[in-house]
Amino acid sequence: MTAVPLGIPRRLVEFTLDGQNARVPEGSTILDACRAAGKDVPTLCEGDTLTPKNACRVCVVEVEGARTLAPACSRRAEPGMTVLTDTERTRHSRKVVLELLASSVDLSTTPKVAGWLKEYEAKPDRFGPDAARLNEEPRVDNDLYVRDYDKCILCYKCVDACGDQWQNTFAISVVGRGFDARIAVEHDGPLTDSACVYCGNCIEVCPTGALSFKSEFDMRAAGTWDEERQTETTTVCAYCGVGCNLTLHVQDNDIVKVTSPHDNPVTHGNLCIKGRFGYQHVQNRD
Amino acid sequence: MDLHFGDSKPTDEERAAVDALLGPPGTAWEGADDRSDTDLRWARGGRAARERRDELLPGLHALNDRVGWVSEGGLDYLCRRLMVPPAEAYGVATFYSMFSVRPRPATVVRVCTDLVCGASLCGEVEARLDPASGVAVEASPCLGLCERAPAALVVRAGVPAAHFSPTPPLPENPLAQGPGVTANRLDGSSSNAGRAETLSPGRGLSARPAFEDELGEAGDQRPPRPPRQSGFSGRGGVGEKTYVTATLAPAAPETLTQAALAPETAPAEPPAALSVTQAGQEGLLLLNRIGKVDPTSLDDYRAHGGYAALRTAFAIGPAEVIREVTDAGLLGRGGAAFPTGRKWQATASQPDHPHYLVCNADESEPGTFKDRVIMEGDPYSLIESMTIAGYATGAHLGYLYLRGEYPRALERLTHAIAEARARGLLGDDVLGQGYAFDIEIRRGAGAYICGEETALFNSIEGYRGEPRSKPPFPVEKGLFGKPTAENNVETLVNVLPILTMGAQAYAAIGTEKSTGPKLFCVSGSVERPGIYELPFGATLGELLALAGIPDNLRAVLLGGAAGGFVRPDELDIPLTFEGTRDAGTTLGSGVVLALDDTVPLPRILLRIAEFFRDESCGQCVPCRVGTVRQEEALHRIVERTGADAAGDIALLREVGRTMRDASICGLGQTAWNAVESAIDRLGAYK
Repeated sequence: MTAVPLGIPRRLVEFTLDGQNARVPEGSTILDACRAAGKDVPTLCEGDTLTPKNACRVCVVEVEGARTLAPACSRRAEPGMTVLTDTERTRHSRKVVLELLASSVDLSTTPKVAGWLKEYEAKPDRFGPDAARLNEEPRVDNDLYVRDYDKCILCYKCVDACGDQWQNTFAISVVGRGFDARIAVEHDGPLTDSACVYCGNCIEVCPTGALSFKSEFDMRAAGTWDEERQTETTTVCAYCGVGCNLTLHVQDNDIVKVTSPHDNPVTHGNLCIKGRFGYQHVQNRD
Repeated sequence: MDLHFGDSKPTDEERAAVDALLGPPGTAWEGADDRSDTDLRWARGGRAARERRDELLPGLHALNDRVGWVSEGGLDYLCRRLMVPPAEAYGVATFYSMFSVRPRPATVVRVCTDLVCGASLCGEVEARLDPASGVAVEASPCLGLCERAPAALVVRAGVPAAHFSPTPPLPENPLAQGPGVTANRLDGSSSNAGRAETLSPGRGLSARPAFEDELGEAGDQRPPRPPRQSGFSGRGGVGEKTYVTATLAPAAPETLTQAALAPETAPAEPPAALSVTQAGQEGLLLLNRIGKVDPTSLDDYRAHGGYAALRTAFAIGPAEVIREVTDAGLLGRGGAAFPTGRKWQATASQPDHPHYLVCNADESEPGTFKDRVIMEGDPYSLIESMTIAGYATGAHLGYLYLRGEYPRALERLTHAIAEARARGLLGDDVLGQGYAFDIEIRRGAGAYICGEETALFNSIEGYRGEPRSKPPFPVEKGLFGKPTAENNVETLVNVLPILTMGAQAYAAIGTEKSTGPKLFCVSGSVERPGIYELPFGATLGELLALAGIPDNLRAVLLGGAAGGFVRPDELDIPLTFEGTRDAGTTLGSGVVLALDDTVPLPRILLRIAEFFRDESCGQCVPCRVGTVRQEEALHRIVERTGADAAGDIALLREVGRTMRDASICGLGQTAWNAVESAIDRLGAYK
């Protein structure tokens, strides 16, 4: 078990959550409070290692006195506030937001979304067969990972992970505007011409599979990707002395991808190119 | 931060454009070609350079003004100079519609295709222009010239005119120069249009060279000067063209085509006062000087009562100024109607420093042009108001964020700021009162969303103009994360009468909840379109009677694209914040767009939907996808009514409700207002 940093003690904030009294440490978000109370609020752009951009708007809740709905992932709990997480109004917004997303991008590899679509009775097809969507070919310009814009919901997590929140490489940005906005590297060129250092931390945080290992992408294309048959083993990276934790995803005795535990206080799920992609030597059986 | 800049090199022109703004690079670390011995011993750049990130937008303007587009080499050079990651700068460059990252001709004609202007001009001009003429024609959202529709803006990239080139920075200390000068004005041709330059005072408050000699006679009454030969610039080669803009409104295909080929020969714009039917009339409080005062003369402004309010402010002190503004009941005129006194008080009382003042002059709501008329007709009033607001809120630097489509306002304000600074009305010691205040103009680059207060902060700071989520509110964490009071132009100029006539007398004007005078931008099917000043409480009918109401009035759009339609039988709606709210509509920014029954309503609704789809920043899902789905549904029902349209109208309602409830900012939240009101109040598609 990894160590849990305790931090300085914080005051508790009391407020009303769905009619119940809730007490959370100062600075907690409404989503933190919901999770502590065992409530299920759907989220897509929120990530455990990043400051949420609250761009997806799936987690909206009703805050009494506010004109609009508030994103639970970003809105901090304030003393005395009254929050409702499961009203007709919040359910309506979540349903339509899920419909808008599912009608414009491919959510087939996004965990949990199928269940939410069902739960909120979302019908993405009702915008008609001509509804605008991306329909872009995946970009395969290197041997390590693939960018599949068709699956991108513009959650900004890869931008934040590559930028000042973790990697400080700043190779990824949102470009363009509105429906034409895309995630891209400088001058929208191939990854190989960019500032990318192939740490793969953007893949680690991507919630939809828009960024994936080339190995996973190829296996999915070949129909051989099967998470049921995969085992996960957490070990220590052998390349240098930092001691980052690696989680090896192994299918049929082959490493198919490498992740890192997010609760590790040193790496928080981040790795470098060697830990993330340098596993071929392990399975070189010649 | 180990930045990767790639191998692309700037052209000499691009390098000159960036260096004119930032000064020549000191070391190879920030873009100099040759590595000196000292460069090999330590790294330069880092924090000092990164703190200049807010010069990214002026830098992009410098490149775009010089060559017409932002190339890979030019962008990379700018990034190197400012230590900005190229991916981020590319994201910023592609955010604004006035920049292009693909090659395009040096001359771009931006033709307004919005509600009042319509779309026909674009095709006609394109048809007249030879494809080899080197002119690109682009459709533009509202250019803010609705009273003289149809409007077009011609921009020809080129070298800045020589007499406006900045003083070369001292080579030994390029950073001390400050942000310097973007000279992007044309030579003194016969046209008033497009004489424009940006003069940044820099972060310091040191006085900059005054430019009165060049600009002093640039008033509306100015006699035409003979066109100057182009190619006289010291930097550009012989025969190189200078940067020119020309505003044409009303624009006809012939004149516009001619202006596109030779913008320096474009006819002069009519004086700003022509947009004010009431000009010269007694009893006006906000428009009283327009038409009477020379907008280029500080002395004339003072002769017409200018700077009396600032003297009052200094006499009573900042706390009393805030109390006067609060007692006067001044509500923000940008659309949100937030009490200005409360905003100022909240900013002034923040312990964190420095405080900033931001003037939101990014007037981009289709149908709005009042701020432009004030800035063009009475620019010193805005400078004085900003000084008072800065004094009250404890700010020493004010940013004036001006939309990029207003070259004449830019020219007038730049001149006014330079002159005020030269006369000690801005700078280290305003009016000898020991209060330091200066104003820096920032040019927007074509993005409606940048009128949203937090998006505007991001834009100034050199990021994509995406709104931030609130809380924290700007009074606590605004521009550069510091306490910031942001007010729109009309709100600020209301402070002058408040201080000169006293809060009580001001509050006696209008109604109890909406005090003071209000500016309305009347356009569309009326006889005398223009900007009107009325005390709050006048009815819509009274206003339209002033402007000349048509017999066949079909509808009135109140508040612009983000507002709502009302019927001709609702003209007794009082034009107050509470009166319009009670009537289930909004006053918004003061747009009154009259449509007669010859205007096809579905086309107007489609244009509104297209506008929001175009202008959505794309950050949040309800707005990014919702605006697209709204436009699609309107396309489907454009020719349908009744039961055929019912399904799509139900869909529009569901998507509209979600946009209103779940979008991050006002753009998405209001994107469905006008369409909904057309369905509910006008019975569109019935």
